[in-house]
Amino acid sequence: MEFLAPADWAEALQAKAAHPDAVPIAGGTDVMVGLNFDPRRPTALLDLGRVAELRDWEVSEGVVRIGAAVTFARLLQSGLADRLPALATAARTVGSPQIRNRATLGGNLGTASPAGDAHPVLLAAGAVVEAESVRGVRLIPIGDFFTGVKRNALAPDELIRAVLLPEAAGPQQFAKVGSRNAMVIAVCSLSVAVDTRRRTIGTGIGSAGPTPLTAPEAEIFLADAMDWDRLTVRAGAAEHFGGLVAQAASPIDDVRGTAAYRRHALAVLAFRTLSWMCRREMADV
Amino acid sequence: MRRTTDGVIRLSLTVNGENRSAAGVSPGASLLTALREQFGLLSVKNACEQGECGSCTVYLDGDPVCSCLVAAAQAEGRQVLTAEGLAGAEAVQRAFLACGAVQCGFCTPGLVVAVHDLVHRTAKDPSGDLDDAAIREALAGNLCRCTGYEKIIEAVRQAAAEVRSEGRGQEAAR
Repeated sequence: MEFLAPADWAEALQAKAAHPDAVPIAGGTDVMVGLNFDPRRPTALLDLGRVAELRDWEVSEGVVRIGAAVTFARLLQSGLADRLPALATAARTVGSPQIRNRATLGGNLGTASPAGDAHPVLLAAGAVVEAESVRGVRLIPIGDFFTGVKRNALAPDELIRAVLLPEAAGPQQFAKVGSRNAMVIAVCSLSVAVDTRRRTIGTGIGSAGPTPLTAPEAEIFLADAMDWDRLTVRAGAAEHFGGLVAQAASPIDDVRGTAAYRRHALAVLAFRTLSWMCRREMADV
Repeated sequence: MRRTTDGVIRLSLTVNGENRSAAGVSPGASLLTALREQFGLLSVKNACEQGECGSCTVYLDGDPVCSCLVAAAQAEGRQVLTAEGLAGAEAVQRAFLACGAVQCGFCTPGLVVAVHDLVHRTAKDPSGDLDDAAIREALAGNLCRCTGYEKIIEAVRQAAAEVRSEGRGQEAAR
């Protein structure tokens, strides 16, 4: 096995073009678990830890561009956390402090686990993945990024450069069900984003399908049911929203929970996250 | 850019303030393996190898990380601090002893690193409230199967108080 350590982004792209089978490694929190337990070896590791460009983030015209190697610990800090509160909430549920100090947003996407904690938030926010290869830049809408269990839309010579997210334009939330408050892979998770400017709702469901999912019917229903001037929802409508979110999921029974439990929990999370965002207005008036 | 020669790596880094290097490191080996097997630092414990238990916690360039989840080659040129090399960890060590926060001792070095980080970070930030919930969240990545955590949390409070008063003492002396 080769270990490739490009010094900058241009070198990283050249390395990926020359070694399309190379496994990118950034924080290592997923890749190293594989190496520690699986005797099989990839032909090469491509270490992105020296590529400084990937650790930056910037804001331009209301869009936050987060470098692929920005860690979950960074997403919790001011600047990013106040612009993207749901992403910060999700980041706080990732692993432990040691994991958050290493694990990166781009790595979460690269692994493309159906349970990846950032994914529901990225779906609800309508994020775009900026992929790049020596052939050029490709912008992949997040809805097209997850193609199967731990599969993504990247071409063999592409690397994730950044993730583009609109600054929060209204309340947004993330909630996750697990057996502890730390070090858990989600039994299920949900993010809901309310865009008060465009008067739209975004949703993202985690760990309840072969890929992270959205709940388009639930989004349309809630956008219609919402009193946008007061930002209130009747309790009955909030419950119906929960039912539509649960219906959109496609869960299975596995070691972490049953499909029926996941559907039930998603309906609860949908109602609950909505009540956090529209706290005093949930009464059925 | 290619770091491997004949399938192995020569690794050079700073460990506990000293320049160290080792030849023949496997490109898939973890920093944990290198610290134990190449550099003989046995405070860095090998248990879960998947980031669950925190017993291999070390500082990497100032941040506590699970050394089992860092490829050794990623640490090339970086600064690693283990429990053996922690300057100013006496307050944490004293508190662990005084509070009975050590039983079998296996998790202790990893916890000492995590607690050292926690109490020094919060001492710098006067707004940082170190209540039980904050301590539990900060130490969520370090498992202890003996103590039931109560005595560890007590030790954190004691160490934090000592480090804070040291900080105030230094301010006053200036």
